[in-house]
Amino acid sequence: MSDNQPFNLLTAGHNGCAGCCDALAAKYVLMAAGPDCIVVNPTGCLEVMTTPFPRSAWNVPWIHSLFENGGAVASGVEAALIAMGRKGNTKVIGMGGDGSTMDIGIGALSGAFERNHDITYVCIDNEAYMNTGVQRSSGTPFGASTTTSPAGSKSYGNNTNKKDMPAIMVAHGSPYVATTSIGYANDMMKKVKKAVDTVGSTYIHAHAPCPTGWGFDSSKTIEMAKLAVDCCLWPLYEIENGEITAVKKIKDPKPVEEYLKAQSRFKHLFKMEGGDKEIEKIQQLADKNIAKYGLDK
Amino acid sequence: MAVNPNDKSKMVVVEGSYAVAHAAKVARPQVISAYPITPQTHIVEDLSQFMADGDIPNCEYINVESEFSAISALIGASATGARTYSATTSQGLFLMHEALFNASGMRLPIVMTVVNRAVGAPINIWNDQQDSIAQRDSGWIQLYAEDTQEAADMVLQAFKICEDKNVLLPIMVCMDGFVLSHVYEPVVLMDQKEADEYLPPFKPDHYLDPKNPMSFGTLGDPSVYTEFRYMQEQAMKNALSVIEKAADDFKKVTGRYYGGLIEGYELDDAEVVVVSFGSILGTIKDVVDEYRANGEKIGVLKVRSFRPFPTEAINNALKNAKAIVVIEKDISIGRNEGALFTEIKAGLYNTPTRIPMTSYMVGHGGRDIRTSHIKEIIEATKKVAETGKIDVESQFNEVKEDLL
Amino acid sequence: MKVTIGAICEPGTAMENKTGGWRTFMPVFNYEKCIRCAICEIACPDMCIYPDTTTANDKGKCLYKANYDYCKGCGICANECPKDVITMTLEEK
Repeated sequence: MSDNQPFNLLTAGHNGCAGCCDALAAKYVLMAAGPDCIVVNPTGCLEVMTTPFPRSAWNVPWIHSLFENGGAVASGVEAALIAMGRKGNTKVIGMGGDGSTMDIGIGALSGAFERNHDITYVCIDNEAYMNTGVQRSSGTPFGASTTTSPAGSKSYGNNTNKKDMPAIMVAHGSPYVATTSIGYANDMMKKVKKAVDTVGSTYIHAHAPCPTGWGFDSSKTIEMAKLAVDCCLWPLYEIENGEITAVKKIKDPKPVEEYLKAQSRFKHLFKMEGGDKEIEKIQQLADKNIAKYGLDK
Repeated sequence: MAVNPNDKSKMVVVEGSYAVAHAAKVARPQVISAYPITPQTHIVEDLSQFMADGDIPNCEYINVESEFSAISALIGASATGARTYSATTSQGLFLMHEALFNASGMRLPIVMTVVNRAVGAPINIWNDQQDSIAQRDSGWIQLYAEDTQEAADMVLQAFKICEDKNVLLPIMVCMDGFVLSHVYEPVVLMDQKEADEYLPPFKPDHYLDPKNPMSFGTLGDPSVYTEFRYMQEQAMKNALSVIEKAADDFKKVTGRYYGGLIEGYELDDAEVVVVSFGSILGTIKDVVDEYRANGEKIGVLKVRSFRPFPTEAINNALKNAKAIVVIEKDISIGRNEGALFTEIKAGLYNTPTRIPMTSYMVGHGGRDIRTSHIKEIIEATKKVAETGKIDVESQFNEVKEDLL
Repeated sequence: MKVTIGAICEPGTAMENKTGGWRTFMPVFNYEKCIRCAICEIACPDMCIYPDTTTANDKGKCLYKANYDYCKGCGICANECPKDVITMTLEEK
């Protein structure tokens, strides 16, 4: 390592794939939160790639327990800090994938938010179970082919829509919920900073394209993230105390086709008979976002 | 139990659950996390009232949404350096199953009272010991209390044991549901000064701390995983003497003693030895007293520590018997015997000791165990001692033929 | 290496894992067009692009370098560079 390379809270030498979205997300979270934090990281790519014993890529205190208990572990960390008089300005930050957040871990996370522990939870949503080989989760978008929602002669891939996780967290009474994207690093860092500076349970849902799982070149991770936002399939907004307070405007929304055709997980839609109708349905999802959040106004 | 003569004036009549909650309180826990489940509820209600009255200073009580989160929150809290306590039972303990292994693998000294209860199906809220026995391979220390005073005092001992630097394993303090948790008996409630004298503050070497940012819960691949398991086993081995010392130290401070790993009752010259754990020992001892009054050499071996399993201590205690009978409230279905019986047999196998041993599974799902049942079992075992012959090695004590 | 109680790890020790060997293409910088915007540093998922402080201008802005000990050659830096300063070049090993 060169002498003048700066110290990073998440270090080089992790085992993430080339172009890893999780590494970028975690990097931005730590750049925003700073060193005075404790990270709770449920099972997933980020956990596995950063901590193969005896090495850790973390320069902040970090704990992994199980797949589905991130919210509860974070609750316990926060409670312990308070009980021991060590809370001060230390931030407790959960970071998990869509599986550990939206599926198997939603119960524990719901409990933590209902109790309103002073924690920030960041969902790094790469829209499938990447660590186990790209299986479908409730974060997988409509039409995506995964290994458990594969396209086939009778299937156009995943036939359900993404779970609206941010809305669920808002319903818990969270003082701050925001969507962001690793394509917009400044947006993400600004929102993470706001979240950790807000007292109570706050939630950041970060869209994170995975080159390995989605099927695109490793150099396109950020480009793909921007494309999702620019075609309005992933709206960026902030909700404070239940009210939408900011929306990233998309002046000239791109057609979803441009986003879909860039990824192998949607390629069947461009080959199969009737695929165009499915693409039309996906365009309708984007249009709904435009209307719902006033993205083009 | 050895009663300190000074204790009598200090005794108050309280529910077993209250005694346990009080013991947890004077242990100065920093994070308590629990989910209500019968018959554990009174413990967490009493702790909640202590919290509401400001009686547990510097403590956070997390009202979680499940037992799974109760133990998970304590994993986070314990890794942050806090002294942690929970209580659960039966289905709740089972819901924790995955996290139990996690807590033990991460070497977090969490103390949890398990109010033993049967498990469904059929759903059943009454007492047996299937719940904790089913968790025997989870890497938790398991101690079994005989009465309410011991169940309470064992909580203090448990913290002392599990926080020992040579141990650092989570620990279950098992007490029979209803039989101990809901019974009102005279007990001594340990005062804070005595508790502080016995139990120093928890000071772990490593904890989650931005000033020294260690990583907890990392991935162990095949090149290192075996060594972590080996270290857990070594810690269990270390716990054998630490459990005994914790009991001895407790005696020095309070005068109360219940045995360390095991405790014999009328054992020295006993020809027939009844082995068991938990509250049923009280009934067994009453029956043995009657036999002894008639000059019959019947004795009792109480097993306090099931994990670590005190093989050497048990083998030594049993070696002069003519027949042994194990009575327990669990079953390994498909083996037709309980875990204690299996393990005692296994412990004696590669030794010169050859004593006929039988077992009776009793009290499943809270079925009454009467002194008459114990007498029948002892009579049958006397026959085994006389003849050296075993008709049935292991059996249900009572199966209602008319219901089948 | 010794195993630790509970598999606790020291911070930042992943730095011992030199991931540069994974690389096929390497980023090569042509600083003529560099506007010192730091996008390549921010965009690197492997924390291996860093400001070369010896090149700081009067505003403190630096040129950027890649640490080839760790660079996996993903190409994000080259893709995101607004001035095409970085070219991914087949590495001869």
